[in-house]
Amino acid sequence: MNAHAATAMLSREPDLAKLVAAAEVGAPEPDDEIPLYAPRRKIYPQSTHGTFRRIKWAVLIVTLGIYYLLPFVRWDRGPNAPSQGVLIDFPNRRFYFFPIEIWPQEVYYLTGLLILAAITLFLMNAIAGRIWCGYLCPQTVWTDLFFAVERLIEGDRREHMLRDARKWTAATWARKGLKHFIWLMIAWWTGGAWVLYFADAPTLVKELATGEAPLIAYAWIGILTFTTYTLAGHMREQVCLYMCPWPRIQAALTDEYALNVTYRYDRGEPRSSVKKAEQLRAEGEPAGDCVDCLQCVHVCPTGVDIRQGASLGCIQCGLCIDACDNIMRKLGRPLRLIAYDTDMNVKLRETGKPPVFHLVRIRTALYAAVIAIAGGVMLYTLATRASEGISVIHDRNPMYVRLSDGALRNAYTIRIVNKQLKHRNFILDIDGLPSSRVEFVGLAERAAGTQLVDVGPDQTREVRVVVTDSSVEPLAPSTTVLFKLIDVDTGKAVEMRDHFFGPGG
Amino acid sequence: MADEQRHIDTITGTATTGHEWDGLRELNTPLPRWWLWLFYATIVWAVGYWIIYPAWPLISNATQGAFGWHSRAAIETDIADLKAMRGPMVGKLADASVAQIIADPQLLDFARAQGRVAFADNCAPCHGSGGGGAKGYPNLNDDDWLWGGKLADIENTIRHGARTGDDKGHQGNMPAFGRDNILKANEISAVADYARSLSGLPAEKGADLALGKKVFAANCAACHGPDGKGNRELGAPNLTDKIWLYGPDKATIVQGIQNGRGGVMPNWQGRLDESTLKSLVVYVWTFGGGEK
Repeated sequence: MNAHAATAMLSREPDLAKLVAAAEVGAPEPDDEIPLYAPRRKIYPQSTHGTFRRIKWAVLIVTLGIYYLLPFVRWDRGPNAPSQGVLIDFPNRRFYFFPIEIWPQEVYYLTGLLILAAITLFLMNAIAGRIWCGYLCPQTVWTDLFFAVERLIEGDRREHMLRDARKWTAATWARKGLKHFIWLMIAWWTGGAWVLYFADAPTLVKELATGEAPLIAYAWIGILTFTTYTLAGHMREQVCLYMCPWPRIQAALTDEYALNVTYRYDRGEPRSSVKKAEQLRAEGEPAGDCVDCLQCVHVCPTGVDIRQGASLGCIQCGLCIDACDNIMRKLGRPLRLIAYDTDMNVKLRETGKPPVFHLVRIRTALYAAVIAIAGGVMLYTLATRASEGISVIHDRNPMYVRLSDGALRNAYTIRIVNKQLKHRNFILDIDGLPSSRVEFVGLAERAAGTQLVDVGPDQTREVRVVVTDSSVEPLAPSTTVLFKLIDVDTGKAVEMRDHFFGPGG
Repeated sequence: MADEQRHIDTITGTATTGHEWDGLRELNTPLPRWWLWLFYATIVWAVGYWIIYPAWPLISNATQGAFGWHSRAAIETDIADLKAMRGPMVGKLADASVAQIIADPQLLDFARAQGRVAFADNCAPCHGSGGGGAKGYPNLNDDDWLWGGKLADIENTIRHGARTGDDKGHQGNMPAFGRDNILKANEISAVADYARSLSGLPAEKGADLALGKKVFAANCAACHGPDGKGNRELGAPNLTDKIWLYGPDKATIVQGIQNGRGGVMPNWQGRLDESTLKSLVVYVWTFGGGEK
């Protein structure tokens, strides 16, 4: 940056000028000193207003609103299941999402969601760079909220910097104390909302208030209070610059067509003061639109100077676009000196060619196709999944038993799954043996020699089954058999293939 | 560092560390200072471990830690917790009869789970891991029982065993007809052929089944019954079915008649607790061969 311009602008506040010189991007480092560890530059982002700020406020309100309130949304599932819309029920090993109930063995839906999330992130990146970072990332959203609190109490950039630079008074301490208190309250609510996803929310709120909640709930609230307060209040841009892997991965996934927050230097350069630029234009000399007001740098939450080009620190939030537009509007110059654009387009404009925007290209089409396919497969399997299931494990030892009358017997452990929220009765049948009999061990016989297995609502039941074959002709050493589990009421059946072993010929 | 010549890499615009190896320089991308402090903090944290847990080896033992934590004690606590957790169900098992356990699906599941482990620990060495048996050790999956296959029979056999000296245990041996000069060699051969014929196995060429039948009636029928169907009171096997404890070949049968038989089943009452004993009864019964 132009350190001279900044110093000139801030000459009325000598304290501030010194501070800014040390804090701003590109401030010259002391000569001959080669530090192995970089000191933190404190960033005082200035508030701004405009299109992208409004989008960020809207996203913040919607995402945080969902996060804090969702556990309280009720969803009636009848007497045999919880009535919370979204619930991760660890003790009973179920995940509820409105009408959807996921069992642990259906964890592939989670895998599918992770794939969808990753590809959606890639698609967002292919279209408009790191907009995830700028608008939706929890780190951004909570940090933005904490910034808002900070500005409310300690003032906007200049006021805050001055207060920090001057001698701290009791009022300064009081402001700081209040800020940290409110931060901690927000962090505490954040942790509090988290645990509500794992138990019935209204009950847990009552238990938390009366000190009857399980220790683990308090522990998690404590942990998340600490992480929220630390990450959003203190670590802020350090998370993006040093801790987050996404900027590194993102750099390898982007291409020249992806929109990025770009300083249009073809329009902005050469920089000069407002008066100088007017004078130059009057003389017909070239004069850029950038007046070096540094508003783009001052509003940046990660302390980036966008005019230096694409950078690891830029989270694509577009606040510098708003800040620059506000200045351009005052100067009567065209808006969007900084805009979502590409370096390629800047170069095209420099040579007098029209810019190109390829939002639909092979990369974005492929990402969209993967999202459509993965999403479609998930929806299809979800819509067609059976509400009953059977798994069969053949005894490993002994493989078969010879009975006293010479018949052969194989034993199996069978697990019956009932995903419906009501009691169901099943019968078991077997196909593939010439002369076989199926018997549940230890179940009372009911209804004319037929054994029924009663499986409770939303439960599984393991039963031992013996299959006896009294064929006269010897069986092959291994015969493929088909178990059929039939719902007595509906006649709906599920099948599972297994084997019946014997000594052979 | 400070005395090194400051050098800026022309391509990246980044300072180098000042070292040079054959013309190669290392870019200096400084870590944040808070990372350094975090690193020091982990070192301090490690010191906390030395104080709290056993850490430093000494000549004959090691530092014991501030709170006397010991891995063996931790495991004992875990086991005690586990026992406390299982306590109510174990108590129910101990109080219920085996018939009540079979009738209650929840108790049945718990008993079978406990029985599986107890069986593997105590019974599997002779009866096989799935109760499949071996030569001389009965297969517990089939429907042929030496001492009875009802719940009460199995419970009695497990509690008191067979031929152990336990007063309530099963008694009765197969005498050594040959070794004790009760039968002659030709009589043994003939009665072995006759025994095989009872379950429909083919007789040897030139077998004297008439002699065998006579010898059987005089010596064997007392225990095995006149028709060879055995006697569970005495543990005398049914000779007419397809199941042979030691094997159906003639040599094995002759060996049994010559030297006698008398496998021992240990008495488990007193060695295992009530809930484990009942779990084993239920587990064995639900192999599939249990009688009602």
